Amino acid sequence: MNETSSILTWLILFPLLGAVAVALISPAARAMARLVTLGTGFACLAVNLVIWLRFDVREGGFQLIHQTAWIPSLGVEYHLGLDGIGLVMLGLTSFVMLMAMGASDDESSPAYYSFLLFLQGGLYGAFTALNFVHWFLFWELCLIPAYFLIKLYGGPNRSAAAMQFFVYTMVGSIALLVGYLGLYLATGTFDLTVLAQKGAAGEIVPSIKAALKGTFLDGGRAYTLIAFGVLLGFAVKVPLMPFHTWLPGTYGEAPTAVTMTLTGVMSKLGLYGLLRLFLPVFPDFIRNHLSLLLLLAAMTVVLGAASALAQRDLKRVFAFSSINHLGYCLLGIFAVAGLGSPEDRAAALCGVVYQMASHGITAAALFAFLVFLERRSGGLLGMGDFGGLRRLAPVFCGLMGVSLFASLGLPGLSGFIGEFLIFKGVFGIVPWAAVAALPGVLLTAVFILKMIQEIFHGPLNGRWSGMADLTVQERVLVLPATVLMILLGLFPGILLQMVNPTIVRVVDGLNLP
Amino acid sequence: MSVSEPNTAFLWTIPALPLLPLLVAAVLAVYEPKDRRKASLWAIGALGTVFAFSLLALIGLASKGAGRMVLNFTWFEFGSTSLRLGWVLDPLSGIMLVMITFVGTLIFIFSTGYMSEDGNYRKFFCYLSLFAAAMLGLVISNNLLMLFICWELVGLASYLLIGFWYHKPEAAAAAKKAFITTRIGDLGLFLGMLWLYSETGTLLFYDGGNGCLEQSALSAMVAKSTLLGMTVSTAVSLLIFCGAIGKSGQVPLHVWLPDAMEGPTPVSALIHAATMVAAGVFLMARVYPLISIAPEGVAVSGGLQVMAWVGAATALFGSLVAIGQFDIKRILAYSTVAQLGYMFMGLAVGGVAVGMFHLITHAFFKALLFLGAGSVIHGCHHEQDIRKMGGLRKRMLITYVTYAVGMVSLAGLPGFAGFWSKDEILHSAWSWPVSTWPFWIGLFGAFLTAFYMTRQMAYVFFGDYRGGENEPHESPINMWAPLAILAASSCLIGLAGTPFIPLFQSFLDQAPVHNHWHWSVLGFWIVSMSVVAAGLATGWWFYGVETPKRSTDPDELEARFPKAFGLFAARLHVDEFYRDSVLRLPGWLSGVAAWLDRKVFAAAVGAGAYAVLILAWLSRFADEYLVNPGFDKGCAETRRGARFLARLQNGQVQEYLRVIGAALALFILVLAMGNK
Repeated sequence: MNETSSILTWLILFPLLGAVAVALISPAARAMARLVTLGTGFACLAVNLVIWLRFDVREGGFQLIHQTAWIPSLGVEYHLGLDGIGLVMLGLTSFVMLMAMGASDDESSPAYYSFLLFLQGGLYGAFTALNFVHWFLFWELCLIPAYFLIKLYGGPNRSAAAMQFFVYTMVGSIALLVGYLGLYLATGTFDLTVLAQKGAAGEIVPSIKAALKGTFLDGGRAYTLIAFGVLLGFAVKVPLMPFHTWLPGTYGEAPTAVTMTLTGVMSKLGLYGLLRLFLPVFPDFIRNHLSLLLLLAAMTVVLGAASALAQRDLKRVFAFSSINHLGYCLLGIFAVAGLGSPEDRAAALCGVVYQMASHGITAAALFAFLVFLERRSGGLLGMGDFGGLRRLAPVFCGLMGVSLFASLGLPGLSGFIGEFLIFKGVFGIVPWAAVAALPGVLLTAVFILKMIQEIFHGPLNGRWSGMADLTVQERVLVLPATVLMILLGLFPGILLQMVNPTIVRVVDGLNLP
Repeated sequence: MSVSEPNTAFLWTIPALPLLPLLVAAVLAVYEPKDRRKASLWAIGALGTVFAFSLLALIGLASKGAGRMVLNFTWFEFGSTSLRLGWVLDPLSGIMLVMITFVGTLIFIFSTGYMSEDGNYRKFFCYLSLFAAAMLGLVISNNLLMLFICWELVGLASYLLIGFWYHKPEAAAAAKKAFITTRIGDLGLFLGMLWLYSETGTLLFYDGGNGCLEQSALSAMVAKSTLLGMTVSTAVSLLIFCGAIGKSGQVPLHVWLPDAMEGPTPVSALIHAATMVAAGVFLMARVYPLISIAPEGVAVSGGLQVMAWVGAATALFGSLVAIGQFDIKRILAYSTVAQLGYMFMGLAVGGVAVGMFHLITHAFFKALLFLGAGSVIHGCHHEQDIRKMGGLRKRMLITYVTYAVGMVSLAGLPGFAGFWSKDEILHSAWSWPVSTWPFWIGLFGAFLTAFYMTRQMAYVFFGDYRGGENEPHESPINMWAPLAILAASSCLIGLAGTPFIPLFQSFLDQAPVHNHWHWSVLGFWIVSMSVVAAGLATGWWFYGVETPKRSTDPDELEARFPKAFGLFAARLHVDEFYRDSVLRLPGWLSGVAAWLDRKVFAAAVGAGAYAVLILAWLSRFADEYLVNPGFDKGCAETRRGARFLARLQNGQVQEYLRVIGAALALFILVLAMGNK
């Protein structure tokens, strides 16, 4: 492996220190708090760039490793490392968090910004951890600032939404924790890389059986239960239908800038978890329940889009749209465990990571546009509240149009590449699953074009006749995302060359027939 | 990188063809020139330059006799393979390049007049350039994925241009309808592409023997059978054909094309008549090796059979419905639907050259007709109802003459473009081994075409003007000049494909030119000429002999056959049928999803929550009524005992003494009593 480095630790500490600093700022000095937060955000982006420069993209294994003993008696280590998938996720986190900070209300209190930075630190930690214990610590750490951001700064039903979000996610987390504790008792390790090796070698079931020898419990059943527990944790987070009911309320009630982070990055945490903690460790479980899992994923895609079509509130439309888009990722991840060629598996996983990045950028941008719209409409975000906005705000509609079409999967923009690769891989492995999910592609177009028709087109709603187009500051905020959508749509190699060596290693490591 | 021919350095310049208009589009998207004429000048300049280069490329191709030149490159890598794209210059793409850029440039010029008053002049040319770029990219693609990308981008440009006057609710709705309806077909194309990819491991059409349209891949696919006993090649090509059905407005996905007439008329001419809607025909011509390959012992592949029937059905449907329309553009739109049907029929029964020849001639005369209609609409102050026109023959002479050329070309009068190309289709259909029905349908369609075009001519150009006060006027030179050029080319273009010197066909098929003339051809000519003549005559008899006097007069055909006419006018109720059936599906599905969310998933979660609550209440109950009272009672007992004991030990000496005294007294008393 590579040389040891502590840069990842610094990356995690940076926003956490920033969070403490901002929390100490007097509530009266709001401009100051915003300034320090944005400064920290940019600093994180800079550190991230340094990491990217030091990262060798041709290498598929973990790099920039930081490993020291922590609680040796329990096999708990402080073990950080980065591979291509992690690299993309770190970049996405830095980018989306900075966007969310920029899109936040100027009048937000220091506490609000402190929570955002706290969240960022937690995300960095979770995307770099290679030992379950502190991975879980960071995973849970993300939950707390998110809870307070919703509870303290959200919409009218924020308390109920925050509670639902917290409790629902917590239930999943506990199932995940119990599952991994069971795994630890059987295998004696919390190290994710070791567990992945054991998963590939098929040693997990025998070790569970060995651990349960002499008891009345059945090892195979225990394996299924453990795997299901772990899956549940991620299924709630992503979400996989039918574990999604917390999401629309949460996305709808959270402050829109916070929803940018929820959909942009936190939802990726669940997918990342599936890629890192589930797929390599439990490939047999996925294989045994392949049809059911693929069916649920296809359902997530199709019903997510269908539900979006039924919504009248824009935040909820995009909430369901998120479910739909991440459903493709679930489809890709599950299908990998089926019988297929390494090329199809690699295509599916490359597509999954591409879709994660693309959706992160696109969804964050879309919610940023909702922030702008909210500012102008005094909080109104109903489908029927607008009409003909293109005449007054052509720049707003044009730029949001790019994001919408990227979200729709228009070729030439980033969303298409991920969907194409996922469908290519899934079709090669389990053709029916690809066919079953395909109507989702159409329904996505239907609800997005319907939205454009109702909000941008048609006669101008006289109520907004004084609406101003985007300010310079707002344009600067969304321009990088728009440029990325176009670049990633035309030159997929930019991102895939970072990810592909890792994907090849993951696929080889799976050791599947 | 693989270059099949050594002396092909100029292949590197081919991608510049779409990139030049794309550059113009990109510049116009962000920069507004002070003088708005600059916007159109750049767009026209770019496309005109591309036309010159395309012509050079075509001439080079023809003079060299080189069959096909491809250049492939790696787009990105995944796993241990890579996805390669590429472009191809062969007779098929060469001809399309020249047609698109020629017709496109003329339409761009026409637009400078037609759109001169519009507030979004710059945006219009920006979208037009985007469209041209995507269309050119589509044509030169040597990879189905790249073709699909451009295919969707022309769809986007079409969406933006149909909805160009987005403040009109009809335009906004039509744009959405066009995009979504074509996307339904695109699902099939997408699936076909995935299937092709997983069967052949490549999406390159030609790759030095390893492409998906080359022999080894084809024989593998035709040898394998799949669902319903189809060969894989047939199944894949039918899925790809779904995309063509959507894009080229074939039955049953034709409904978007007439509505697309909400866009500005130059858009209808360029996108919805000459180029984009023909992309479906081009696609099938491109993948012709795939759709036409049949297992041994089968004369006509299943794919071609389906294509022929779909084409024939559409040709009949479009021609019938066109009879009952009053909107000048909608008549032409249904005519386009029908003619596209002819093209598919031609591809299926006669091969690439037959279908493509009609595509090219149609592009010229239909662009001419649409621009003519645009000129009429412009001259009549944005009136599109033919009942409110009339007598324009004298008021718009140039438009009238050029429109007449387009009309006879479409109707198929001998010598004009449509005559040569339509006759070839009919000729091939006659000898089609599967059935002669497509021939009879095609012949009937030719009659209907002549009829509805005569009807339109009579309504618009003959009789007296019925439009009221506003006098119509002839259009300016930047509008009529393109008309004149297109009219001249409509006369000439057919000569490239006569049976005597079939240059077009031999160029496409890469075969030496030789005279196809046979006396049997004369027989077909006589039959088709008489059918066309009958159509013209019937049309004139109905509408020309006595033209309607007022705009409110009933249609002549309506007066005689009200039921049939009503059916045609209502477009055979297809739109209503969809509205009440297929279009309910998304709503229904979203209802199901919402119901599942509320009544099943959320209810399950709610039930879980209530279960936890009930548990909590139970434990509270147990605490309060069982555990707590017991505990409390125990505590109370203990407290009482303790209080008692505590009282005994309250630390007051006199109390102790009193107790001791009393006890002592009692003790003495007991002793004293006991001694008795």
